[in-house]
Amino acid sequence: MKLNGAKILVNSLQSEGVKHIFGYPGGAVLHIYDALDACTEIDHILVRHEQGAAHAADGYARTSGKCGVALVTSGPGITNAVTGIATAYMDSIPMVIISGQVPSQLIGNDAFQEVDAVGITRSCVKHNFLIKDINKIASTVKKAFHIATTGRPGPVLIDIPKDITIAEIEEQEYPSSVDIRSYSVVGRANAEQINAAADLIANAKRPIIYTGGGCITGNASNELTKFTKNLGFPITQTLMGLGAYPATDKLSLGMLGMHGTYEANMAMHGSDCVIAVGARFDDRVTANVDKFCPAAKIVHIDIDPTSISKNVAVDAPIVGDVKSVLEDLIAAMNTRSIQDISTWWSDIKKWRSIDSLAYKTSKGVIKPQSVIEALYDVTKGNAIVSTDVGQHQMWAAQYYKFDEPRRLITSGGLGTMGFGLPAAMGAKVAMPDMDVACVTGDGSIQMMTQELSTMLQFSTPVKIINMNNSYLGMVRQWQEFFYEKRYSMSYMDSIPDFVKLAESYGHIGIKVEDESDLKPALIEAFKQKDRTVFLDIITDHTENVFPMIPAGAGHNEMILGDRDKIEGDNQGVNLV
Amino acid sequence: MRHIISVMLENEAGALSRVSGLFSARGFNIESLTVAPTNDPTLSRMTIVSIGDDGIIEQIVKQLNKLVDVAKVTDLTATEHIERELLLVKVYVNKDTQADIDKKIDDFACKIVDVSEDSYIIELAGQGKKIDDFLDALDAFRILEVSRTGVTGVCQKR
Ligand SMILES: Cc1cc2nc3c(=O)[nH]c(=O)nc-3n(C[C@H](O)[C@H](O)[C@H](O)COP(=O)(O)OP(=O)(O)OC[C@H]3O[C@@H](n4cnc5c(N)ncnc54)[C@H](O)[C@@H]3O)c2cc1C
Ligand SMILES: Cc1ncc(C[n+]2csc(CCOP(=O)(O)OP(=O)(O)O)c2C)c(N)n1
Repeated sequence: MKLNGAKILVNSLQSEGVKHIFGYPGGAVLHIYDALDACTEIDHILVRHEQGAAHAADGYARTSGKCGVALVTSGPGITNAVTGIATAYMDSIPMVIISGQVPSQLIGNDAFQEVDAVGITRSCVKHNFLIKDINKIASTVKKAFHIATTGRPGPVLIDIPKDITIAEIEEQEYPSSVDIRSYSVVGRANAEQINAAADLIANAKRPIIYTGGGCITGNASNELTKFTKNLGFPITQTLMGLGAYPATDKLSLGMLGMHGTYEANMAMHGSDCVIAVGARFDDRVTANVDKFCPAAKIVHIDIDPTSISKNVAVDAPIVGDVKSVLEDLIAAMNTRSIQDISTWWSDIKKWRSIDSLAYKTSKGVIKPQSVIEALYDVTKGNAIVSTDVGQHQMWAAQYYKFDEPRRLITSGGLGTMGFGLPAAMGAKVAMPDMDVACVTGDGSIQMMTQELSTMLQFSTPVKIINMNNSYLGMVRQWQEFFYEKRYSMSYMDSIPDFVKLAESYGHIGIKVEDESDLKPALIEAFKQKDRTVFLDIITDHTENVFPMIPAGAGHNEMILGDRDKIEGDNQGVNLV
Repeated sequence: MRHIISVMLENEAGALSRVSGLFSARGFNIESLTVAPTNDPTLSRMTIVSIGDDGIIEQIVKQLNKLVDVAKVTDLTATEHIERELLLVKVYVNKDTQADIDKKIDDFACKIVDVSEDSYIIELAGQGKKIDDFLDALDAFRILEVSRTGVTGVCQKR
């Protein structure tokens, strides 16, 4: 039987096990939409903006671990999606984006709605393809999914000209395997590297395990938990790594880095052996690299060799998949004895006692930190929490204790405002039985409110926790600290009435202004299982995120909140 | 330090721009870049000369290896290798200068590949240093045009 290119494409997606596509139609993809219409296996979610499609596919991938799929038209369709693609790229999220292209013979002619999609996305995809031959549709889809989901995952774009979707060929079998000569996936780690690292670990007197997003993409929570508990070492996690190890466990020091806890950052600074597991020494984590972990030997496990010794020189590199490397390391440590680290733990306990996440409350005013604590209580720590970008994102990371992986869905690397709402929608599509909350701010939410409409049409009930401080709070905080309180363009005047906004999209809106109403409102919102509820919570306008490592400082030079006291010999500064 | 990096590249449309894009996006330096087909019609060889400390060169090699279209990367500088570059230079010649120029051509064992009324086109293959020296020697005369291919190279060992 003869099939057109669009049908072959849709069949290929079906063969890949795709169940959901987030997309938006247009001229170049109309044949594909026609083929989708006839396909009962794949549900298409019609977003209201292509950036939303990319973020939703991304949120879907982060929660489910499966590859997210987005479909957009040529020209403005793909350019709108670029922010979402770059967001996924920076956080290593598996995604396949299909973009329509003008007909082959028009490429290069400045045709209507033509952009060089492959060129524009080159620096923010793991790989991309322009299909020039109808016979290569199936093999290209196969390659795209393989590349997106293996090794260090990432987004892959397939650009497909309209004529290729229209032409017909005889139906072919979907390839069962891929062979890409120049692309190979890292195998089991080399035993020498494992042993060298194990020797360093065995000699450590002040060890710390520093883990990141790789433990989540690598589905290595069990191995990580076993490895950490066997050794009894303290563990700290990056923003991207939260949840891979239970936050409520006593070995956990919480997040490290710019807004990490006092104990995590002080422990990094004092450590003699940092064991980095699927983390990439991002500048928000290392702070000033010249002051980074001055006394430590560094072990680094990563599947991507480029991550190793990129920002910080590594003493014992291990190239491999976290899961298998941790298995090997667990075995290697079983044959070695480790040092007594009880004095190290007593140092850590001292740092912990500073309680760097404590905050001042004042009657009536809703403290943003307390919103997250209440959210944690009401959801019993069991919700999927997506965030936007800003102060609220940091509070979500600090105060919601993530005990499981794939529960915090946040844009770390690109820090994309607007990510939260569509990502929450994608998460709800992936996990319809879970509660999904979107923690956002009055600035971020306004970048993607149009998706409220999609959420009604496709019944993806999400609880929106809008921490409304009338400011671009994170910007305001920097201006307060570093620009002598010149609040240039960080105040948001004429913020919409979010309750009415939610209602006009057919959802429930609740405004919360008094502290005493907070918990009841949250309880009410989560009772509404089938409805999207927009909680517009008026929070303390000028609250700041603490601790904070200012630019150029080291881990031991945090700014702490005004409730905290610095004791003993540490050199933390207290600027506020 | 100066490194010569040899890259076997899939003969796919856009592969070249992936490599050049990588260098510009990450701020790596390119002194020269050559690319041409090999005996395997599906592969091209690209030779890149870059300057950087060990850490940067290590990143360059790793980042190149990470590109899906890159089949193999070799840092030629790290092994015994032969490097060559080809120069074509057009120089103004008249009665007064001809003998001197001919002498230089002999000294450097170059070839005259074209002679016109008032100019030569001279060909010279060799290491970059030799080409630099030859061009310096021609400086005393009127160079009309210089075209260098950039360095290419191969490993001496199998
Ligand atoms: C406003 C704001 C503030 C921020 N503040 C902080 C902060 O205070 N602290 C903080 O930590 N972050 C913070 N971030 C996030 C930060 O920008 C980075 O995104 C984050 O630190 C990177 O986390 P990661 O190192 O875990 O890397 P990821 O981006 O998650 O990278 C994962 C690493 O693991 C590797 N990997 C992937 N899969 C595997 C596998 N299967 N096996 C082995 N390795 C694998 C990858 O190659 C990569 O090197 C902030 C972001 C924003 C927007
Ligand atoms: C698309 C985009 N533009 C600009 C920024 C820079 N930025 C980071 S945080 C922030 C303020 C966020 O404000 P809001 O969403 O209200 O959150 P808050 O910090 O008040 O919690 C801005 C403008 C960004 N991260 N993303």
